[in-house]
This record gives sequence, C-alpha cells and structure tokens, in this order.
Amino acid sequence: MARTQTRKPFRWAPVFDHTILILGALFMLVPVVLAFITSSHSAVQIAREGIMFTPGSHLGENYSKALFEKGGFTATIDGMVMLKNSLILGLGFAIGKIIISMMAAYALVYFRLRFATFAFWIIFTTLLLPLEVRILPSYEAIQRLDLANTYTGLIVPLIASATGTFFFRQFFRSVPEELAEAARIDGAGPVKFFIDILVPLSQTMIAAIFIIMFVFGWNQYLWPTLITTDEGLFTLVRGIKQIYQTMIDANSIPEYGQALALAIIAMLPPVLIVIFFQSWFVKGLTESDK
Amino acid sequence: MKRAGFTSIWLPVALLLPQLSIIAIFFYWPAGWAVQSSFYLQDPFGFGSTFVGFENYTDLTANSEYMRIAWFTVVFTALVTFFSLSIALLLAVKADKVIRGAKSYRTLLMWVYAVAPPVAGFMGIMLFHQHTGPITDFFKALGWDYKILVDYNSTATAFIIVSVWKQIPVNFIFFLSGLQSIPRAVREAAMIDNRSGVRRFWDITFPLLAPTGFFLLIINITYALFDTFGIIDTLVKGEPGNNPMTLVYKVYMDGFRGNDLGGSSAQSVILMVLVLVLTVFQFRLIERRIHYS
Repeated sequence: MARTQTRKPFRWAPVFDHTILILGALFMLVPVVLAFITSSHSAVQIAREGIMFTPGSHLGENYSKALFEKGGFTATIDGMVMLKNSLILGLGFAIGKIIISMMAAYALVYFRLRFATFAFWIIFTTLLLPLEVRILPSYEAIQRLDLANTYTGLIVPLIASATGTFFFRQFFRSVPEELAEAARIDGAGPVKFFIDILVPLSQTMIAAIFIIMFVFGWNQYLWPTLITTDEGLFTLVRGIKQIYQTMIDANSIPEYGQALALAIIAMLPPVLIVIFFQSWFVKGLTESDK
Repeated sequence: MKRAGFTSIWLPVALLLPQLSIIAIFFYWPAGWAVQSSFYLQDPFGFGSTFVGFENYTDLTANSEYMRIAWFTVVFTALVTFFSLSIALLLAVKADKVIRGAKSYRTLLMWVYAVAPPVAGFMGIMLFHQHTGPITDFFKALGWDYKILVDYNSTATAFIIVSVWKQIPVNFIFFLSGLQSIPRAVREAAMIDNRSGVRRFWDITFPLLAPTGFFLLIINITYALFDTFGIIDTLVKGEPGNNPMTLVYKVYMDGFRGNDLGGSSAQSVILMVLVLVLTVFQFRLIERRIHYS
C-alpha cells in the first residue's frame, strides 16, 4: 500500500507525541526554573510579589550570602558548613553502605554457612521497615548510646537496612561459578578472590548503587532533623527546615532570596550526578528493585 | 548458594559481623522496643510506666481524629499513586515511541528524582502561597477560593500535586525500561496485527507492562506513606494544626511533640504490620517477575 503512494501524507501522531512530552518536561522543569529566577531577587521584592518570572539583580548577593553569611541562632553556621555536612552524610552513607553490604553479600553467596539462611532472614527483615516507621525508638537508641549530634549517629542508623546487601547478593549470584573455582584451583584464597576478582568485576554495579545511595543520603530529612540539634552538624536539606522556622518566627521580612538560593544549592549536586551518570543511575535503580 | 563455596568458618562470620551488629543495634533493638512500649502507658514526666495491654491500640481505633487521619492517608495514597503512575506511563509510552530527541526527553523527565522532598515542598510553599502563588492565582481564576493552610482541601491538593511531581521520575524510569525490554518481534507482530495505536497499547503493551506496574504500585504506596514526610512537613511549615496529615506524620507529632510514647509506638507497630503485608506481597511479585523474564 505504501508503494502506491507517491508522497507521504503529513502525520499528526508524532506532533501529538512531542506535545505531550514537551508538556511533561515543562511540568518537571518549570517549578525549579521559577525558583532559580526568583532566587535572583531581593527579599523585599519576593515577600511582596512572590514567585518572579523575570531575572532580578540580586543573584550574586543571594548566593554568596547563602553560602558564606553566618546564620542560625548561634551565628556560626553558613552554607559552606552545611554543604560539607551534606557531603559527609551522602558520601559516608554511600561508601559505608557499599562496603558493609558487599562484605555481607560475599559471605552469604560464597561460603557454606550453617546459619546462612538464618542470617539471610535476619538481614532481609530490615527491608520491611523503613526508618520512618521506627523513628521514635531509633531516636531513643541514639540517645542512650550518646550518639546524638555526631556523624556516627547521623549515618550509621541509616545503613541499617538490607537494600545494598540484596542488590549485591543478586549480582554475585549472576557471576559465573567457574571464576571462584578457577581461583581456588590457582590457589587464591577467599580474601584474594574477593579483592582481586570480585570487586573489580563489580565496578559498574558499585558505581550504580553509589549514585542511588549518595542521592538517598544527601536528601535525608527526618533523621537529620531529629538527630542534629547542634547547628554545626546541619545538612543543606536540614537547613531548609531552619529557613521556614525563621519564616514563622521572624518579625522582619524572611530572607526568601537567600532561602531559595540555598534550596537551589541543596539540589544541585545530586541532580548533576543523576544527569551526568544517567545510565549507571538507571541501571542501579531498575536492577536493585529498591 | 554457590557450589564452589569457600570453606572458611571465621571469615564469613567476620564479613557478616558489621552488617549484623548495625542491624541488631539500630533495627532490632528499636523495633522490639517499639513493640514493647506500645503495651505500656508512659508517665508524662518520665517516671516509670504501667502495663496497659492493648489499650493504646483500642484508644487509637476509638479516636476519631486518628481514624480521620487514617482515612486521609488512604485517599492521599490512592490519588498520589494513581496520578503519578498514569502520568508517568503516558510519558514513558511517548518517550519510547519518538525518535527525535528521545534522549533529551528522558533526561528532562527523570532528573527530579534527585530533588529532596523538603526542597520540593519549599518550592511548593512559594507556588501555592496564599497571596502571591501563581498556582493559587490559577485556581482562583477557575473559580476555586483556594486557601492553603486555611482550607483542608486546598492544603491536601498542594500535598498531592507536589508529591506526584516528585514521584513521576521513578515511575517513568521503570515504565520506560519495562517498555524497552519488550522484544522487537512482539512489537512488530503487534504492528502487523493491529494498526490502531490505542488498541495496540491496551491489547499488547499494557498487559506486558503489568508486572512492572504491580511492582510500582507497591513502591508508590510506600512512597506516599513514608517518603512524603518531608513534603508535608515543609508545606505545613512544621505546624499542621487543622491541616490534613498522614499516619507517619502523626507518629512523629505524637511521639516528638506530644510526648505520647505508648500511643506513638502503637501507631508505629500498626504501620509496621501494614508495611509487612505490603512487602510480603511485593516479594511474591518480584519472584514472579524474575520467573517470567
């Protein structure tokens, strides 16, 4: 039938498809673009007119204030401190989780253990209960261990779930069995096999899970809010709460411009990582089955 | 289990030890403690506690405010799940179909994954602001007297829109990867059999995507229940008052603001059971998914 036609008629379907995709992309993009544009205005202007649609002249001022001006009750914390804390939380969580879960997954997959099934269930039950559900008792536990306002108290309880272990277990099981056998015949012990063969083999998987975990750690909100009352340990996302607290309390005009600048700074690192390492990120997300 | 296993005894134990001890201290101890304290009534000044059996639970079911919050949570979860799944599915089907710009669309539709919920909520504060918010203006132009934080439904609408916005990327990524794993031969056969795109979608694509869809259903329910905490806390600016809230938010309010330890623990346990049921359901689905693929 196509042969009888000399000219292709104009097809509307692609136009329709692109329209929907463009609308979807705009829906995702516009709030953040508006927040960015508004962050270039003065606090007075934003308090009066709200979201702005054209760029203002306070961009540099708002961002340098957000990053370098000491604020908070104690006037000791600035954006750079929060940025540092967010990085510590994101990296500490991702790296800690990867190391601990790789070790556990290795033990579960490559060793004949009497209590392997038991250990498996002990670990995987944690998948059932997100931290939000057991938030109050976890908080009590941290208090009793005297770990409030420490990086350990901030990071380690978040690691207490099996997502990473599950992920690496699945991956190790897909690694050909002959590898371990060959290593054994060559006289390589379990430690050597793990470090020299399995870890290099898992590079892509590690990268993928690292991105997911870093974003997860960086974006934590409830736990840091409870555990850190010392402002020197605030993360950027935690800092957002401080901003709206001052919005309620303050008698003066809230620092909207500065607050929006901080929000943009808070989302920039994880967003850039997800965009630039997209294929790893998608792999990590879809293959870990979260 | 691997056949070619190593036979060391102390090594696997040493390898498992960090994971197991973290889990014991920060998971089992707190979780057990929650179950225990859900049967006790804590003295408000912290002097001892008395065993009250199931009283904390029966108090909850008799509490009309708690039931109202439970009902809101159900409606909220259903709406967030429905809208974020269907919008993401539509976008994924289109992104899978177009040839030009496919990569750019993919990036544009997934990057919001990395935005923290409270940051999303903070932008929501500006967009839904009672006097200056553009979305408020839009609703007013439609004839709705939209008043966030004053009117229950207005606040709930803001919760839902921000939560859907934040969840679309995850669903989009999973749907797109589900679509791309449909074999070429199946697609081509469908093209020959059925020229109507809409029919082809409902007859072929949709059933093939069903496993992904079921899996995402659970993911979205847990998201709406737990991960929306940051969005809600930011939108109500930490002072819910008469505004709607979800069950997780209520656990937090009662436990940390109200100092009602027993009641809050009982609520935690109820949520634990809920998640337990959902996860068992999810595990069975994953098993089936692996089985078929």
